[in-house]
Amino acid sequence: MSTLAPDRKAELRRDRSPRKDRLLRGMRTPGGAVFLLLLVLLAAVIFVNPSFGEPGSLIRFIGRTAPIAIAAIGQYFVIVSGEFDLSMGSVVTAQVIIAGNLIGQDDAKVLPVLLLMLVFGALIGLINGLVTTLLKIPSFIVTLGMMLALLGLVLYWTGGAATGNPADSFRQIGRGGIENIPVLEILPYPVLILLAIAAGAFWLMRRPYGRTLVAVGDNARAAALTGARVWWIRTRAFILSSLAATVAGIILVGYAGVHPSVGRGYEFTAITAVVLGGVVLGGGRGWVLSAAAGAFALEMLFALLNFAGVASTWRDTVQGIIIVAAVAAGARTWERRRRGASSATHDKQTPIAQPPAVGANEGGK
Amino acid sequence: MRRSIQSKVTVVAAAALLALTACTTDPSIENPPAAETEGGEAATTPAEEWFDQEAFDEQSEQRSASFIGDPEQPWLQYLEGEMTDTSEFASEGAKKVCFANASISNPWRQTGWITMNQQLEVLQEQGVISQMETRDAQDDDNTQIADIDYFIAEGDCDAFIISPNSTAAMTPAVERACETGKPVIVFDRGVDTDCATTFIHPIGGFAWGIDTAEFLVDNLEEGDKVVALRILPGVDVLEQRWAAAEKIFQENGIEATDYFTGADPTEIKKIISDELATGDVQGVWMDAGDGAVAAIEAFEDAGKDYPVMTGEDEMSFLRKWEETGLTGLAPVYSNFQWRTPLLAVERIFAGEEVPKEWVLPQTPIPEEERADFLASNEGMPDGHYAKFGGTDLPGYPEVWQERQIP
Amino acid sequence: MKITSRLTSTHIVYLVVLLTIIAGTILVAAAGRSFFSAGNISSILTGTSVLGFIAIGQTLVILVGSLDLSVPYVVSLSSLLAAGIMANQPANILPGVLLALAVAAVIGLINGLVVSGLKVHGFIATLGTGLIISGYLATNYKGSSGQAPLSFRLVGATGLGPVPISTLIMLACAAVVLLVLDRTRLGHSMYAVGGDINVARMSGIRTSTPIIAAHIICSVLAGMAGLLLAARLGVGSPTIGSQGGYDLLSIAAVVLGGTLLAGGKGSLVGTLGGVLIFAMIDNIMSVLQINPFLKDVVRGIVIVAAVAVYAGRRVVNRTARFDDTPQETVSTRQEVGA
Repeated sequence: MSTLAPDRKAELRRDRSPRKDRLLRGMRTPGGAVFLLLLVLLAAVIFVNPSFGEPGSLIRFIGRTAPIAIAAIGQYFVIVSGEFDLSMGSVVTAQVIIAGNLIGQDDAKVLPVLLLMLVFGALIGLINGLVTTLLKIPSFIVTLGMMLALLGLVLYWTGGAATGNPADSFRQIGRGGIENIPVLEILPYPVLILLAIAAGAFWLMRRPYGRTLVAVGDNARAAALTGARVWWIRTRAFILSSLAATVAGIILVGYAGVHPSVGRGYEFTAITAVVLGGVVLGGGRGWVLSAAAGAFALEMLFALLNFAGVASTWRDTVQGIIIVAAVAAGARTWERRRRGASSATHDKQTPIAQPPAVGANEGGK
Repeated sequence: MRRSIQSKVTVVAAAALLALTACTTDPSIENPPAAETEGGEAATTPAEEWFDQEAFDEQSEQRSASFIGDPEQPWLQYLEGEMTDTSEFASEGAKKVCFANASISNPWRQTGWITMNQQLEVLQEQGVISQMETRDAQDDDNTQIADIDYFIAEGDCDAFIISPNSTAAMTPAVERACETGKPVIVFDRGVDTDCATTFIHPIGGFAWGIDTAEFLVDNLEEGDKVVALRILPGVDVLEQRWAAAEKIFQENGIEATDYFTGADPTEIKKIISDELATGDVQGVWMDAGDGAVAAIEAFEDAGKDYPVMTGEDEMSFLRKWEETGLTGLAPVYSNFQWRTPLLAVERIFAGEEVPKEWVLPQTPIPEEERADFLASNEGMPDGHYAKFGGTDLPGYPEVWQERQIP
Repeated sequence: MKITSRLTSTHIVYLVVLLTIIAGTILVAAAGRSFFSAGNISSILTGTSVLGFIAIGQTLVILVGSLDLSVPYVVSLSSLLAAGIMANQPANILPGVLLALAVAAVIGLINGLVVSGLKVHGFIATLGTGLIISGYLATNYKGSSGQAPLSFRLVGATGLGPVPISTLIMLACAAVVLLVLDRTRLGHSMYAVGGDINVARMSGIRTSTPIIAAHIICSVLAGMAGLLLAARLGVGSPTIGSQGGYDLLSIAAVVLGGTLLAGGKGSLVGTLGGVLIFAMIDNIMSVLQINPFLKDVVRGIVIVAAVAVYAGRRVVNRTARFDDTPQETVSTRQEVGA
């Protein structure tokens, strides 16, 4: 942790394995393997449809996957702390409809409504978090209730259909990009937003908050005994999750437009992506960027099925098989790692490296 | 703790036993209601294949047939055919109507539901209908069956209006409603029985498919590619649209690929983007216009020429169509049919005959008429349907603009 | 004070049931109807039977610390298989029923093996099998298919007085499952495995057996629900399971009934109370003609509020042998997973 004395830090640094070894070891965790899976899928897609490999197509693919990846990053915070957020899809839908109905064609309203949406998102997360932690209701139930109630309220308010798309200046966030870029042609704004959020999440997970969050997910009681305020740490995770859903909603308003079905099923897609990224349901294990990579792997899989001409009705089946297989493989790796960590037989240790110290395995945290 | 569970087992067992003894003392249980016996004979054929040449030809002709009634009130027009004699129902006084609705889960149904309630207001003021009790099944067959059974047992209904959630599954329940001897009005999706007093629907899915596919064929070259965006499989009114269109595309050498979108614009945009990434697309066909804007925007974002396209009379499509100036057609699944069931109730209790199968006109909106419909629906939300047919009803236009759903 | 602290969650569930009945009586009477008329009772009980079958199975799965999200697809598949084989021939009823239940059992077996053998979280394992079945259904069935013969359809349409036969069958299944939980080694090991799988293993329990058994029973009961729906609809339908949203609703009913989502503690009788609460609330809202969108709002609030009433409270604890955790840790167990 950052509070370590300088000499302890130096000691930690000395005890680390060489970068190459750590990378290799990281690749063998489920959180690392998802990047390999992603590369394999990418190669397969390019093999089936070579034009997909052009930088212009790829960057557009990244752009349109950004909202799911952002949602997965948000869901990661909740899952790694040992909880679920099923209200995500409803938050996306609610925000999409709020944008459509409150902004309308008035450019002056873009900023105020944008702020309102963020505050609203944070509020939903706060409610989810406080009800879960203070009333001690399982988050699965709290967020399920929120999912039903929020969507119902929004549909009731709008009579089921939003007035229409908001001003184009607002939609540019999800639809536009920086144009005339060499090689790429266009750099969609969602890609930039995703990069910023991924960087922020990466930074946050290396901060004391991130470390404590994982500790809470691993063993809430132990974390509480070390003085962590478990309820507030978890509540903040819910706020982050709802904020991520809000950002995803803002992008989707631009990308797809306003419609009550935008965001439907997002909670399950996000959870699937997170789990595909090697993050363990129940908390305590997993890397935030792997969650985002899981989202890309999932979307890449859909693209592959599409380009390979698999009948659209069979896609669910293939998706189901791959999810179960990937998670089963991941579960075995974690199992071996956990045993390995105690008996030190898992990784062949190079002489310089001490048995991996806690906190030195970024691949797994 | 163990004891408390044991005692509960006993309670459950005792309750079951009690019910069983009740069985032996209650003679009415020995013979199940006659309605179920009736239902068993109507063996439904599974709809494995949706194409039906006879229905295709019939609907193709109906598109150009002349309808009986005032063209200014298309919701009262019908095609010549068998009429139901309703003289037995002729009676004075306001009637109670029971409405088993499938759902209001999409913009088309919501628009119609608003119109229906405004029509109800008129008929209540005229003293024709005292009240309408509505149960909404939220898209669940099982719930709708329970709803209909509840109406039969408890509703104290003078007439039933049923908008079935699905065809085969709802047939036995509709038959039970018919067994009560009261008028039963079925509209939108049909059922596999002709026991209803009248079955109200626009011409049908095949007509939609013919209108749209012929438009695309006329405006495209042989060998051109059409992307067909479909909402979901297994719903008869939607499957028939595609069955007809697919046949016409095949006959005219149009290459068509179909996808299921769930009406989600995110999905639609992805599909079109992927299609444009692999090759050019000259046409877009939709089995319902919900989400059409996302399809058009996918062409804009990819920097491609606009396709020839068929959407629906939903405002979002009409507006985008006008804005982009693409070659398009707005087929119509006449939303004004939601007024007709209540007006049918009025006729039935007046003893006037009603068509056994009340086929309403179903005319697409071509480019020439688009401006008129945009003008008459000014200020309506994007999810509103242009041919909602409620301009003469109270509350127009605010109720539809505000989308006030009871 | 003493009395309230001695109330278990199951008692509270039935207090909520009582409260709902009172509220229902008043509200329904205000709408000019009777809550206790034969038609209304029959309507409520019909509402309990399909969800009841599924929630009984879901209780077992949650007790062993897993989840089953594949139930809606098992329901649809079972309805299609049964109606397809019956093909309106009374002689085919038995083969149809047996095949549907056998296929459901195999799906449950696969779920159980993936969860216990491959160590995949029940959430993902059953989400996966659900997707697999959903793809199969979408590819092979275009709309409803098959036909249930009259004698089979009577199961869904007749009642003893106001009590539908289907509800009685559901209660009979509940009684059998209750006996298994209460009286057999399998039942005890289900509680044990859900409470703490490591402690259970060290106590000499083959931990995979109860997990697999719970999944099989859950799928078979979902198959029963599918059969009942085939009887009520007269046909099989590839979407009937997802139409009802039985996956999340059944989990909500189980938790509403006082079972810990983390497993190990809970009561089947409480689950039945949870199902009854849902059915009554739906019934009341329908009689009052509440806007369908607002119905979901009410359902969402009720789910959370009802669970809040006894969250953190002592839950029915069947297995003191394996669980000596002090009172305060009960609350930390409420989280999913581990």
